[in-house]
Amino acid sequence: MIGLQHYLVVSAMLFVLSLAGIVVNRRNLILLLMCIELMLLAVNFNFIAFSRYLGDETGQVFVFFILTVAAAEAAIGLAILVVLFRNRRSIAVQELNTLKG
Amino acid sequence: MLFHSILFYVFAAIMFGAALGVVFSRNPVHAVMFLVLTFFNAAVLWLMAEAEFLAIVLVLVYVGAVMVLFLFVVMMLDVDVEAAQRGLTRFAPLGIGIALLMVVELVQVIWLRSQISQTSSGFVATPEGYSNTKALGAVLYTEHVYAFEIAAVILLLAIVAAITLTMRRRPGLKVQDISAQVAVRAKDRVRIVKMDAEKKS
Amino acid sequence: MYTYYLTIVLAPLAAAVVAGLFGYKIGRAGAHWVTIVGVGVSCLLSMLVLYNMFWGGAPAENISVYTWAVTDGLRMEVGFLVDRLTALMMCVVTFVSLMVHIYTIGYMHEDPGYQRFFSYISLFTFSMLMLVMSNNFLQLFFGWEAVGLVSYLLIGFWFKRESAIFANLKAFLVNRVGDFGFILGISGVVMFTGSLDYATVFAGAEGIAAQNIEVFSGTPWNAMTLVCILLFIGAMGKSAQAPLHVWLPDSMEGPTPISALIHAATMVTAGIFMVARMSPLFELSTTALAVVIVIGAVTAFFMGMLGIVQNDIKRVIAYSTLSQLGYMTVALGASAYSAAIFHLMTHAFFKALLFLAAGSVIIAMHHEQDIRKMGGVRKYMPITYWTALVGSLALIGFPGSSGFFSKDLLIEAVKESHWHGQGAVYWIAYLSVLLGVFVTALYSFRLFFLVFHGEERMDAETKSHLHETPLVVTVPLILLAIPSAVIGWFTAGPVLFENYFGASIYVDSAHDVLTHIGETVWHGSLGLFTHAVLTPVFWLAAAGAFTAWYLYLKRPDIPETIKRRVSGLYNLLDRKYYFDDLYIKGFAAGGRSLGQFLWQKGDQLVIDGMMVNGTARSVGRLAGVMRHIQTGYLYTYAFAMIIGLTILLGWLIWFR
Repeated sequence: MIGLQHYLVVSAMLFVLSLAGIVVNRRNLILLLMCIELMLLAVNFNFIAFSRYLGDETGQVFVFFILTVAAAEAAIGLAILVVLFRNRRSIAVQELNTLKG
Repeated sequence: MLFHSILFYVFAAIMFGAALGVVFSRNPVHAVMFLVLTFFNAAVLWLMAEAEFLAIVLVLVYVGAVMVLFLFVVMMLDVDVEAAQRGLTRFAPLGIGIALLMVVELVQVIWLRSQISQTSSGFVATPEGYSNTKALGAVLYTEHVYAFEIAAVILLLAIVAAITLTMRRRPGLKVQDISAQVAVRAKDRVRIVKMDAEKKS
Repeated sequence: MYTYYLTIVLAPLAAAVVAGLFGYKIGRAGAHWVTIVGVGVSCLLSMLVLYNMFWGGAPAENISVYTWAVTDGLRMEVGFLVDRLTALMMCVVTFVSLMVHIYTIGYMHEDPGYQRFFSYISLFTFSMLMLVMSNNFLQLFFGWEAVGLVSYLLIGFWFKRESAIFANLKAFLVNRVGDFGFILGISGVVMFTGSLDYATVFAGAEGIAAQNIEVFSGTPWNAMTLVCILLFIGAMGKSAQAPLHVWLPDSMEGPTPISALIHAATMVTAGIFMVARMSPLFELSTTALAVVIVIGAVTAFFMGMLGIVQNDIKRVIAYSTLSQLGYMTVALGASAYSAAIFHLMTHAFFKALLFLAAGSVIIAMHHEQDIRKMGGVRKYMPITYWTALVGSLALIGFPGSSGFFSKDLLIEAVKESHWHGQGAVYWIAYLSVLLGVFVTALYSFRLFFLVFHGEERMDAETKSHLHETPLVVTVPLILLAIPSAVIGWFTAGPVLFENYFGASIYVDSAHDVLTHIGETVWHGSLGLFTHAVLTPVFWLAAAGAFTAWYLYLKRPDIPETIKRRVSGLYNLLDRKYYFDDLYIKGFAAGGRSLGQFLWQKGDQLVIDGMMVNGTARSVGRLAGVMRHIQTGYLYTYAFAMIIGLTILLGWLIWFR
């Protein structure tokens, strides 16, 4: 019987995987952005699950808005990426360390 | 019920595998593809949770628009794939270890120590003739209309920001200056010169 | 009378200020005239006060002149308590001071610091008068410190001399040790009676004696014993009792007039005066009196022994002063306060005389002070010779001289002080004073014979200039010789046995040895004189003088042999029982090395190095390590956040 916990566990695993992706990734900045999208997906899972469990539509409305904002954020993130690439000719994360203390 | 469960586990597994692929694949194009797969599977799972509107929206908007955008950028950037492949980080074991720890913790919270017992964890049964889209619409344009408008503004913001960030003028590029074209006056272009006919008739 | 007292005190002060600040303007003559007039006025008025008090029968006066401060109920005032004790001290101080002033005209004749010297000795007179005329502890302490200060200034008068500077600092520091005890004693008085005024304190004396105080928890001491011992520590410093005696011989670095004034007649007697003044307090504590008598006895005998081996003319007399001060202290400890003050008075005269005579010889010998280079001076300086003889005879207690009366009666009083018990305390005291007579006679006549008699050991150059010193020097000698010779006859009876001091000195009836002597042994001055040959004191003194004659005139080779034979004992005496070594190498060097240690290890290493610089350096080091967290990479920051989150979550899940 699939219940709330299953969805929540799936969501948790997805979230943790994307976190690991952020930490482990050193090659590609795009990969970073993709991992962020995964994280947002995980959060959406959570919302959907609770919305159905409680019978309240508000959760799904929230997902709606998260999708909107995520799209906007992805667009802007990619734009920044492009500009960065123009300036540095590389999108390897390990080369972005000018803030090194 | 059993079929339902099997379906759930299968799609969840595929989704998870695709997510792993996103993180660990060498080729960025491959990574994007894997991400698309993840989203598809997520949509299926949402369908199974009777949130069909959002499932479709996920596929249409997210996969259709955002992932395509990702792909565009990946292709455009012409990244040196070989150079970017160099070694997995030395943080990897530690990162994965922390991730596993976190999974354990979350599972502890969600399942093993939670108040939800096995039997009553089912979802609320939906009434006959329940349409998810209708229900969402009923709530969205009444209670949350303000947030809806703001979401629209955010999208506009995204467009403006993206253009502002990346627009540049290349020197020597021949583009049409529409305003200049429109502002042209006839008398600047054409000069009527009265001339006698050359040939005697 | 009130104006008299003010004039007595302020005249020398005014003279000192004028001579000190305007010395150059008024010149040498002006300086010495203004100070002599000032002190002379004081002397005259003091004698008038004494006359009034003794023959006129005027009562004692306790006047408050000026209230300086009142804090928390404690009144701090300037006032005068003039009773018979005070009057006697005033006369002694001003008379000797006047003699010294006149003498200085001759002694310091060629000295560049002439006016400064006169200013200082007048200032000293003022301080000493404030001390003796005071009616409260605070003014007493003021006078105490002021005489210490002026003594410091005067010992180091020739400040360009290394030895003088060493000596004056030594005097001041040793005095300081005594003053520390003194201040603690005064604090004890204030603590128990809440007042600094003599009258109030003496009235409440019984109350103090009834209480116990626990300085170290678990061991209660009688409050009066503690207070008296602390006050006596102050007296030990000022009156140079062992072990705080080391400064007095070194103070001979100062000019001879001040050795006479300060270190023979007046400043060193301040301690004796103070104990006598505090007799209502001391009488209530037999333990304190036992301490006083033992210390006095030790000083009297052992310091006298040191006088035998000295070769500087002034040092011999200095050790003699130490010994005689010991005698006075013994008398105080035997509750014979009147005898102590009487001896103080006679001693002031003959010791000042001896010092001034020594100074006279020094002037004549062109500032040669080693007695081994003198001898046979009597032919050249008759007046000095005869006055010195009078002084020496008074010192040894030759029958008829003033010293005879004071010393004999003092020893008699000690002999009668059985109330101390029949044990160690009594016998230490009695034997010390008795044997001290022999020692006194030995060293004083050793000095006398070596300087004035025997073969002439000075070089020809000095001998050719050797003549009697001018009148300004010899007249004070004569004026001091007169009381040294005769004053005992007239004053012994009244002072000691006819209750001269009245209420100013209080003696508990169980301790009252003098009254006992007055009833049994005393038959008038003439009686004492005629019975002199029957006393052991006379024979001891005679033996001492005879030994001195034998060893230094008849057979001068013997002292050398003795010195070689008992070289251990001789070294002990020569090194002054190693007290100086203990103090200089032990306490002083110890203090300095402690300071060094605290500076290098405590201050530089711990405070500067570890606490101040160390904290800065560790902050720097920590920052240097922490800096590596700022890698500049985004994923590191994200990772840090995740780790934090994990830990927080883990803590919430598993440990709450």
